[in-house]
Amino acid sequence: MLGEKALELIKEMERSKDGKLPAYNDNCVRLVLEEMTALFQQNQDDVNATVAGEAQYYPGIRLRHASLERNKRCLLAYLYNRLERIRDLRWDFGNILPPEIRENLCDPEIEWFARYSKNLATYSRSLGEGSGLDLTHDIKPPKNIYVEVRCLKDYGEFEVEEGDVVVLQKNTTHYLPMSSCQHLIRLGVLQQVD
Amino acid sequence: MSDVDEDVVAASDDEEMMTAPEVLQRLEEAWIIERMSPTLERHQTDLVDCMLDQINQMTENLKRCKKQDFRAAVHKMEIDRIRYVLSSYLRVRLEKIERYAHHLLEKDASVKDQSETVLSPEEASYAKEYVSSMESHFQKVVLQQMPEIIRGFDAVKECVRPNLESYIFLKVKEATPGVLLEDDTGDGRDEEVDLEEGSQYLMRYNTVKDLLQSGAVVFI
Repeated sequence: MLGEKALELIKEMERSKDGKLPAYNDNCVRLVLEEMTALFQQNQDDVNATVAGEAQYYPGIRLRHASLERNKRCLLAYLYNRLERIRDLRWDFGNILPPEIRENLCDPEIEWFARYSKNLATYSRSLGEGSGLDLTHDIKPPKNIYVEVRCLKDYGEFEVEEGDVVVLQKNTTHYLPMSSCQHLIRLGVLQQVD
Repeated sequence: MSDVDEDVVAASDDEEMMTAPEVLQRLEEAWIIERMSPTLERHQTDLVDCMLDQINQMTENLKRCKKQDFRAAVHKMEIDRIRYVLSSYLRVRLEKIERYAHHLLEKDASVKDQSETVLSPEEASYAKEYVSSMESHFQKVVLQQMPEIIRGFDAVKECVRPNLESYIFLKVKEATPGVLLEDDTGDGRDEEVDLEEGSQYLMRYNTVKDLLQSGAVVFI
C-alpha cells in the first residue's frame, strides 16, 4: 500500500517515546525513497502519455503526487523527531555519547550531534560577557550545599574544589559539595542517597 | 568579607541604578514569565550579565574568607540558588529558541529597531546555526535522494510556531481599565474588563501581551 513504510517510521518513533532511541532505520528510509522514485516515474510516464486536453490520467497523477508529499513529510518528521531526541542526549550525557547509544545513530546524525554540541558550547561561553556559564549544570534547584552520594563505579581520584582530592571507589559513600559532583551523578558514577 | 548584596550596580543601557537584590528580583520575575509564556519574551541580557558578574564577585570574595566561617555556607547556598535561577531561565529560553528557531529569526528580521529584538545577538547566532544544521541534515539524508520537483525545503511551511492564543494566569501590578477582550467566534460579543491592581486573571496571551511588555501585568 502506498505510504505504508513511511507510516511505519512514524509509528516507530511514537512507540519508543519514553524508551531508548531506536536504531536509525536505514532500510525503511531507503524503501520510502525508492517508492517515491517509482511514483515519480509513473507520474512522468502518465504526463508524457497525456495528449493536450485529455484529462483521463489526472486523478492518478494527483493521487501519486499527494503520496509523494506525504512520504516527504513523514521522512522529515522522522528525522526531526530523532534530532530532538539526540539533542536531549546532549543534555543528559554531555558531549561524549556512551557507545551503546552512539551505535543507534547514523553517521550524519553523529555529525549533527557534534555540530550541536559545538554550537551549544559557543553559546555557553558567550554568556556573561565572555565569562561563560555551563547550562547543563544546575538542572535541579539546590537544596543543600553538600549531598551524600554512593559510588557505583570505580572512578579513581576526583578533585573537589579548592584542591581537596577524594578517591571514588565502588560502594563507598561520600559527603561532597553538590556543585562539583552533579555531573558525576548524571553520568551514573555517583548515586544520591536521600 | 564585604557584603556584596548591598553594592549598587548599573544594570541597563540607560544606566539606571539598581541594587543587586533588585536585579535578582527582576530576574526572577523574568524567569517566571519566561516559563509561563507560550512564546519567547524579549531577552534580558543586561540582567543576566549583571547577575553573573555578581556571582563571580561573590565567589571571589568567598575564597578570601576562612573556611570555618559559618557565613560562608550561607553565602554559598545563595550563590547556588542564583546560579540555578540563571541557568534555568536561560535553559527555558534555549528550549523555545530551538523549537521556534525559524519563526523567531523571521520575526526579528522584520524588526527595524535593534533594541526591540526578542533574541540577543548571541541567541540569534545560536538560532541561525541550529536552523542551518537541521536543514543541511535533512538535505544530506533524504531530500537529495528525492525526485527533483519535490526536493525543495520550505522552512516557512514546515516551521513550528508558538500558540499565542493559549491561556495564561496573570497578576495585575498596575490597574489598567478598559482592556478589550475580542470574541473570536464572530458573534460580536466583545467585552471590556477593568484590571484591578493585585487581582488575578486567566486570559489569552494575545490580549495581554502589550500589558506584559509595559510591565503592568506579570504571569504567575
